[in-house]
Amino acid sequence: MTRQAMVAALVGNPNAGKSALFNALTGARQKIANYPGVTVERKSGRMLLPTGEPVELVDLPGSYSLHPSSPDEEVTRDVLMGRMAGQATPDVLVIVLDASNLEQHLVFAQELIELGRPVVVALNMVDLAERDGLVLDPAALASALGVPVIPTVAVRRRGLAELTAAVAALRDRAEEAPPVHRPHVTAPERRMLARQIARGAILSETAQHRIHAQLDRVLLHPWLGPPVLVALLFLVFQAVFSWAKPLQDGLDGAFSGLGDLARSELPVSLLRDFLTDGVIAGVGAVVVFLPQILILFFFILTMEATGYMARAAFLMDRAMAGVGLSGRSFIPLLSSFACAVPGIMATRSIADPKDRLTTILIAPLMTCSARLPVYTVIIAAFVPDRQVLPGVGQQGLVLLGLYVFGVLGAMGAALLLRRTVTKGQASGFIMEMPKYQLPTVKDLALGLWQRAYVFLRRAGTMIFAVTVVLWLLLNFPRAADPQDQVNASVAGHIANGLAVVIEPIGFNRDIALALIPAMAAREVAVSALATTYAVGESDDAAQGRALGAQLKSHWSLATALAFLAWFVFAPQCMSTIAVTRRETNGWAWPAFMLAYLFGLAYVAAGITYWLAVAAGLG
Amino acid sequence: MTLDQLPTGASARIVSVAWDTLVPEEGQRLCALGIEEGAEVRLAYRGVFLARDPIAIEIGRMTVALRRVHACAMTVEPQMAPVA
Repeated sequence: MTRQAMVAALVGNPNAGKSALFNALTGARQKIANYPGVTVERKSGRMLLPTGEPVELVDLPGSYSLHPSSPDEEVTRDVLMGRMAGQATPDVLVIVLDASNLEQHLVFAQELIELGRPVVVALNMVDLAERDGLVLDPAALASALGVPVIPTVAVRRRGLAELTAAVAALRDRAEEAPPVHRPHVTAPERRMLARQIARGAILSETAQHRIHAQLDRVLLHPWLGPPVLVALLFLVFQAVFSWAKPLQDGLDGAFSGLGDLARSELPVSLLRDFLTDGVIAGVGAVVVFLPQILILFFFILTMEATGYMARAAFLMDRAMAGVGLSGRSFIPLLSSFACAVPGIMATRSIADPKDRLTTILIAPLMTCSARLPVYTVIIAAFVPDRQVLPGVGQQGLVLLGLYVFGVLGAMGAALLLRRTVTKGQASGFIMEMPKYQLPTVKDLALGLWQRAYVFLRRAGTMIFAVTVVLWLLLNFPRAADPQDQVNASVAGHIANGLAVVIEPIGFNRDIALALIPAMAAREVAVSALATTYAVGESDDAAQGRALGAQLKSHWSLATALAFLAWFVFAPQCMSTIAVTRRETNGWAWPAFMLAYLFGLAYVAAGITYWLAVAAGLG
Repeated sequence: MTLDQLPTGASARIVSVAWDTLVPEEGQRLCALGIEEGAEVRLAYRGVFLARDPIAIEIGRMTVALRRVHACAMTVEPQMAPVA
């Protein structure tokens, strides 16, 4: 059983390339969970020794020392000291060092070696060091540290066999010899030693990090950097909308083909309607957005893997300081464009608690990928597909506008929150800039596969269940006259009650019907609308009609715009609420988040509707 | 002279740091990054547009971004400019 299996831990400074090494050593055999009681992600996987024997490999959060200054570092210390409940003390430590940053990384490495555990050092990213003109001598490093040193290039899978062999050798030795206790030295001594050892390990050194510096000269340039960032973000949003189109049309065609097939092959019955209107229409309406979500994640993962994300944080720090945050908040907020859940989890790297809380509270205002289905359907139905400028479509511009609207809302909210509920000292910004690196196809593919899996699992379970329940609520009790099915149903009664509240902001009963199940997840609104309109139509031809055409015949432009404005703010996502509760340790902040975001959504939708009606669009 | 007054591109050695003016956690983070007395740094980049905040300094082979408030707390001794 796994109880007997050996446990090895990857440990090292942030930006040492631990995650890439972890991916290379474990492949797709990974498990991502949380440590009990804390909110730090626990990544573990199965690594195979040369003998074929499995070892549990744990990827510990990047740390600078065993004296923690963040929750991440606390976890690292507790696991290493054997104080983490539910986590066996690692038998072997694999210390990961960035070869081109030895002087820095050897400080923590010495502290780890002093623990006296079986240790092997992975001298990682030796290729980048050589690219920068730094040639190292692993043997010299090994004799200075007194532990084995294996040069590795995790992203190119170099040195992995040697590393696992070294782990196996350590394990064999650990079984016979008791742990060695090494003399303890003070921090300044360690730093001096680190410098000496690092210098001693250098075989040859030429001009410093050239490519790195040349890229930074442009990307961090006070005048060139920001336009490059804006252009990049614009490219991302155009790509999300236009590149995904053919794939989406393909998926859409496949699902409507499936629906048609079911309609023609199965006998007319309630079961047939359930399959076509409930299951196929509902789940299909969500699955078609997979290409867009993957394209967005592709860009975010690439920006992270290349090291550009930290530069973006640097460029954005000034602007973030204006609303009382720091550049550090930029990374969680940008991730929130993909999904607020990983975004909120990424706030752990923000040391200041008030800063972190503010970032968590505004993260849901970033337009996440779950809103894309909603925006796309409404925009495609109501905004003409015209070219404003060559290559710049009107639909893409409206989409960009919605993103900007969300960002401005978030900035305003941050400004207000920092002056009221999260009042406190202005936060600082200290951040190491990782080296630029070409991402590997394998790491990107693994990351994308994990996102796609999470999305499809949601579509297959929660969204499927919500769709089925909604279909049942819509179809029972049966109405005498088929035209009135929605009004007669349970869901219709609930929605009619809710409609009273949302009528002033231009929402109709069908929207009320979509908003309730969309509390589970925003994209459910699309499948709910699809189900509602499919059930509402009596003849097969109308049922097969695309959702866009249905919306156009039931909604005014003012209603559509108000609906978009609502979704910029409304916190309709159970996962976000759940993760906020976990990250803030209680219900107070998620409750606050719900209240303030629903308030904003109501006001924004209302203002949009009234203005649109006044402009004659009602 | 303090670190924030150093011209962009110039190198200097940190002579003293007014630790008591910094938030303790941030001081700890700076120490962990090796930004402390005796460290040799180069002011590599300054913030966007006309703002002088944040700044990026090079220390060893590492680039670290920090705010001017941190730089103001560090007294530096400019080094001879290396021949470009």
